[in-house]
Amino acid sequence: MVAVAVVIAGAVWLFGNTLDNLANRGIASGFSFLKSTAGFGISTSLIDFSEASSIGRAFWVGLLNTLLVSAISVVLATILGFAIGIARFSKNWLLGRVATVYVETLRNIPLLLQIFFWYFAVLRALPGPRQSYDLAGWFFLNNRGFYIPKLEIIDGGGWVLLGAVVMAFLAFWQCRHKGISRSCAGLAVLLFISLLAVGSVSVPALTGFNFTGGTVLSPELVALVIALSSYTAAFIAEIVRAGVQSVPRGQIEAADALSLPDKDRMRFVVIPQALRVIVPLLTNQYLNLTKNSSLAAAIAFPDLVSVFAGTVLNITGQAIEIIGITMAVYLTISLTIAFSMNIFNRTTAMRGLSS
Amino acid sequence: MAEPVIKVEQVHKWFGSHQALAGIDLSVMAGERIVVCGPSGSGKSTLVRCMNGLETMNAGKITVNQIDLAGGSAAVEQVRKSVGMVFQQFNLFPHLTVEENLCLAPTRSLGLSQANAQERARKYLERVHIPEQAGKFPLQLSGGQQQRVAIARALCMEPQIMLFDEPTSALDPEMIKEVLDVIAELAADGMTMVCVTHEMGLARAMADRIVFLDEGQIVEEAPPSEFFKAPKSDRTKQFLSRILQH
Repeated sequence: MVAVAVVIAGAVWLFGNTLDNLANRGIASGFSFLKSTAGFGISTSLIDFSEASSIGRAFWVGLLNTLLVSAISVVLATILGFAIGIARFSKNWLLGRVATVYVETLRNIPLLLQIFFWYFAVLRALPGPRQSYDLAGWFFLNNRGFYIPKLEIIDGGGWVLLGAVVMAFLAFWQCRHKGISRSCAGLAVLLFISLLAVGSVSVPALTGFNFTGGTVLSPELVALVIALSSYTAAFIAEIVRAGVQSVPRGQIEAADALSLPDKDRMRFVVIPQALRVIVPLLTNQYLNLTKNSSLAAAIAFPDLVSVFAGTVLNITGQAIEIIGITMAVYLTISLTIAFSMNIFNRTTAMRGLSS
Repeated sequence: MAEPVIKVEQVHKWFGSHQALAGIDLSVMAGERIVVCGPSGSGKSTLVRCMNGLETMNAGKITVNQIDLAGGSAAVEQVRKSVGMVFQQFNLFPHLTVEENLCLAPTRSLGLSQANAQERARKYLERVHIPEQAGKFPLQLSGGQQQRVAIARALCMEPQIMLFDEPTSALDPEMIKEVLDVIAELAADGMTMVCVTHEMGLARAMADRIVFLDEGQIVEEAPPSEFFKAPKSDRTKQFLSRILQH
């Protein structure tokens, strides 16, 4: 009882003290600053933003950029991590060695340094637009970023597309146990036709000194995505390796005795059982990656920390509210990832184990 | 004179400095039922595991249907398609239902359609008397049921030869009979079998020939009547007196 009273009294004193100090220094409190005009620009934004937009909108820009970087990097890190983790078991000596060197190099160099490497030593050092690296005439890489084709959809076409995707998903869900390949082909045709009806592809092209058409991923975004995904992939590769090794020897012998081809043995017997070990550890890596994306501030990529807990904090000085909101946002993102991964674990990875 | 389906010639196998097989010669004819017995560590399991390439031998030669197992992975793959194997620990795939366990190899390895594979799965589940368990996961079944699923899984590849590596050693005493009955039925149907077992009742009932191994060598090879009534070697007599006391 006494302890509780002391804690409550301490909290009340802290709260009062803080309010007094803020008032003494003329720092406003409360959340009204979110409505005031930003007065600064943001280089990369998924939604419309200008100096006249509100600070609240700047928050959303930062949050969406954080989510964008994290989502792309999670997908790439997972693909790369699984590929490298499995490559470490390769019978091909060279492939196995390359995978080992990759893991040992990438996971033993600080992430911040790797971000600097990709940003300053690689992407900033690329040639200008006129000497861009040209990939198949669709993709261009130069010191202004990575130019990619863009899908342009006519007004209202988004709804048609959304409808097609939902129908495709429902149809796939219905027949996922039956002839999968045939239904997949049908769905692909359906999606393709609806895309042709409502969309067109804009390809970037060099006109004068710069590119027009398509869309551009900024060098900051590209450097951050490469660094985050390649770094996390090294850890995921180790997790995948541990998972594969955790599958009992007898399972592999049973698959061999049934003359299951090597790749099918991996795909249908080893990986599904390895997931029991992999998924919980993978969750940690996804959380780390998302939190590490805040290192974006170091190369001035406008993520949530850079924009909101950086620029906005400097302008308004309302540290308590801003840091509080930022922490709450990361907590929410992390808990959401952990929650979804737990569901995936229960429904997929633990199949056959929980009755 | 017909060629034997399995021909083992002067096979040696070392695990480090331990010699598991020391010059084994054995021929199995089509339709023959061989029981391999012997004390622990005598090399029984190693011998059957060499017959489908799960262990590689250090010296000697094994041919299955005239295919030399030393002929690289293509040869091993071909042999495995005609040789089914049942393990002591069942080794069912725990993340797949019984039906999926049975259908996986026929669809992926033999290229059967899903419908054909399911039909086969039903057929062999009936053969091992558990058609009603098709939708369950292995860990929801008893040990005896799991081992019968494992037998059905091997049969789904429609092999010419079945290898059993101590199929009842991991089972509760109550479960042993249901598995032995299934094996005896297979034997009665004329399946070529090589079975490592301590079940002397099974050996007596189904074996055409009993092979007794000790320290990696074949000590005695005889039909059951002779083997149990008039064993030639002292080692066999000693072994039999120990295990038949109970």
